Amino acid sequence: MIQKVELALNAAGRMVPAMVNGRPQIPYIGVGKYQPRARKAASPVRTAAGYPENGDKRVADLETALRKCGLRDGMVISSHHHLRDGDSVALMALETAARMGLKDLMWFPSASFPSQKDAINLLESGTIHHIEGSMNGPLGDYCTQGKMRGMGVLRSHGGRWQAIQDGEVHIDIAVVAAPTADSFGNADGSHGKSACGSLGFAVADSIYADQVIVVTDNLAPFPCIPSQIQGNNVDYVVQVDSIGDPTKIVSGTTEITRSPDRLRIAEFVARFLRDSGIMRNGFSFQAGSGGIALAFVEYLKNMMIEAGVKARFVRGGSTKYLVELLEKGLTDYILDGQTFDLDAVRSIANDPRHVATSPFTSYNYHGKGNFASMVDAVVLGATEVDVNFNGNVVTHSDGRLLHGIGGWQNCLAAGCTILAVPSFRDRIPVIVDEVTTLTGPGELIDVVVTERGIAINPRRQDLVDVVKGSRLPIRPIQDIKAEVERICGGKPAKPTLSERPVAVVKWVDGTLLDTVWQVA
Amino acid sequence: MNKATEAKAMRVGEAGQWGENIRSDTHVWVEPRERGLVDIVLESRVKPYYGDAILAQARQVLSVLKVEHAQVVIHDEGALPFVISARIEAAAKRAGFGEGLKALPERVVLPEAPPRDRLRRSRLYLPGSEPKYFINAALHGPDAVILDLEDSVHAAEKDAARILVRNALRAVDFGPCERMVRINQLPLGLDDLEEVIPESPDLILISKVERPEPVLEVTQRIEQIKTKHKLDRDIWLIPILESALGIENAYKIASASPQVVALTIGLEDYTADLGVPKTALGTESLFARQRLVNAARAAGVQANDSVYGDIGDLEGLRVWGLNSRAMGFEGMGCVHPLQIPVIHEAFAPTKAEIERALKIVAAFNEAQQKGLAVVSLGSKMIDPPVVERALKLISRAQSMGLVAGNT
Repeated sequence: MIQKVELALNAAGRMVPAMVNGRPQIPYIGVGKYQPRARKAASPVRTAAGYPENGDKRVADLETALRKCGLRDGMVISSHHHLRDGDSVALMALETAARMGLKDLMWFPSASFPSQKDAINLLESGTIHHIEGSMNGPLGDYCTQGKMRGMGVLRSHGGRWQAIQDGEVHIDIAVVAAPTADSFGNADGSHGKSACGSLGFAVADSIYADQVIVVTDNLAPFPCIPSQIQGNNVDYVVQVDSIGDPTKIVSGTTEITRSPDRLRIAEFVARFLRDSGIMRNGFSFQAGSGGIALAFVEYLKNMMIEAGVKARFVRGGSTKYLVELLEKGLTDYILDGQTFDLDAVRSIANDPRHVATSPFTSYNYHGKGNFASMVDAVVLGATEVDVNFNGNVVTHSDGRLLHGIGGWQNCLAAGCTILAVPSFRDRIPVIVDEVTTLTGPGELIDVVVTERGIAINPRRQDLVDVVKGSRLPIRPIQDIKAEVERICGGKPAKPTLSERPVAVVKWVDGTLLDTVWQVA
Repeated sequence: MNKATEAKAMRVGEAGQWGENIRSDTHVWVEPRERGLVDIVLESRVKPYYGDAILAQARQVLSVLKVEHAQVVIHDEGALPFVISARIEAAAKRAGFGEGLKALPERVVLPEAPPRDRLRRSRLYLPGSEPKYFINAALHGPDAVILDLEDSVHAAEKDAARILVRNALRAVDFGPCERMVRINQLPLGLDDLEEVIPESPDLILISKVERPEPVLEVTQRIEQIKTKHKLDRDIWLIPILESALGIENAYKIASASPQVVALTIGLEDYTADLGVPKTALGTESLFARQRLVNAARAAGVQANDSVYGDIGDLEGLRVWGLNSRAMGFEGMGCVHPLQIPVIHEAFAPTKAEIERALKIVAAFNEAQQKGLAVVSLGSKMIDPPVVERALKLISRAQSMGLVAGNT
């Protein structure tokens, strides 16, 4: 297991492995620098003669479907996280493969969740060789302790599409959990007892995988309308009793934080958007699902009403707070990447102005543009931000895996990228000299909002100028860092990490931005 | 080894909190032993970053307290250094070490002492045994923070809270907030004073005052401690009236000491004393509150209202605040930072009030310049008390930043 790994220095000054899971890698060379010269990957040509004329692609169960797909040792199985922590389809597929005696599979989830921690047993037993996708909690610890046979590969949502489309990852079998589907394989997420909203994460897999299995607990007679997954890309349909736990698929309500410190940050974010003039008629913004992101929408909503301003579109992680903007006429559209609560699921099912998107339209960097760079402002979180505005979202400060990248990296393309973070958590500084794991280059991060003040990236002199004279508490980032270090009793010690890479962080163009090292 | 030292060696001291849901606190366990020097076991959620710093700090604190032989176990949940010191000191003292000794954290710059009539619209209560609320309290902009040693601290935790509050007065930057401490009813409150007065709090709230004597006693004790520590800055007092008797004696209490700057009322205890439920409108306490305002004015001090306990009902708070201002109160207590802006708005003079006051003062100034004895605004004559009230209102509006400059 212990082997010498050849490392290379990338343009961000980080050491990255030359090979990952047997594939040669390109070190990050800067934002917008890497020019691929290749054609896209494609799935094999099929003929209608191979499929039932009546369109009924149902098979008895998942094992039959996997067998018919020709599942073999070493294949790549993909799954998706639109059912979030409530998903039971991914584990169902992997455990079925284990029962069939398969070994050395690569699991390629769009994200993994704490409820999938049993995948550790499959890693231990040899069914899964390694995981390429976000890992956190027990799976994250398993990886950072160096127990996984292959290297973890962390990609953004857009980067996952890019990797599939560019042929970096070849999916043998995609297993798509569908809250509603017909027997032809048309599938959708906005209806059914396991409704989850958008199925966007599964769209790339349905186009590029060799074989596609749709698993549903709500079979509709043909045609399933609307449908986000096209049956024309689907090989088999499996009907099961349940694809997941509805209480964990969407939260009943997403409540705004009552933490006064977080509300203060949220209010600063909204005031910054207002006072910088970004909040104006026809503007757009994206909000994540964290407590601060939800709260800032509430503050901004009131400021928009007061100023008589309306957005053209908002993007999310949609929640009842974005739905409220839509229903109050404060935005023309919600372009939805993921649907978080019951109100948002109801809205996406019923309101044609609430539109499901995919990582292709929203985020894919190897396309002819994408939505992310057209958004005026995005509000994101981070574990760490350094004095050069570099951000870390994937590891704790001690180097253990914490979060997936999600759409975070892709969102940095927005007109104004705002990181809304507490300046320290417990005693752990968030504003630091250098991030532990580089996830986003500082040149793309414009504003850092903390409870102790707002720091604007000096590269954005335009933003510095436009808020001059406002009552916003603008401070140099070094100043906030110094105050935090005073409070916390000095600089934190650097974590002790080994020299063995356990995972890599991809940039949106597929190059290697940083390495996650085995925790000593 | 005699019996006394044997008994002492058996006494284990513990202080602080730990567990999955505890943040920014530390639990310390100190077991004295005969020999073997000091052995420290540390578990901390910030160990990779501050593990060495915590161990060094623990050794330093234990050495100041003259702990020579002990087993020490620290479970740290990301507490800041001033908290760690306080928890170690409390545990060590409970184990019988360090009597009369203090392990004081580094001091932040002591802010200027506030004038007796400073703005006191909002005073934010911080439970004296919950350090996680201390560090960011000032960010939310209350006029004052109250480090509470009384009702929010369990009887068995008074000694530990005292040390924690003392350290907070030294090490936490409360910015422009007036630094208040609420002490326990006497005589327990006198022990509180011994610990906190050397750290120069700006103001002491004395709970459950019914007669002038405790106010006098507190004043004298504070003077003694100040003399002993060669301190000469003022420490103001606010007696809290929490009973029918206290209300009856309001004027005498307010004038018991020149250090008293305001009176306030505790409505939970007061309504309990009356034996009536506390209602959202506060009808049952109308007399007591109005009596308190009158007594305070008679004694030349501020009148401050109680807290509004329902933190979910900001609209109720706003209405209460408006009524409270109309009755003559100048501020309220708060139990959550979200209440602060609501209170500040409720106690601010309205735009119309400010405009009218400015006109009155302008007319007055004009009359003065012209040497006229009678001031008039339009067709109305303005009496001297009206001018005085206008001047007061403008000066208050200025201190809230609602009017620029000085009149």
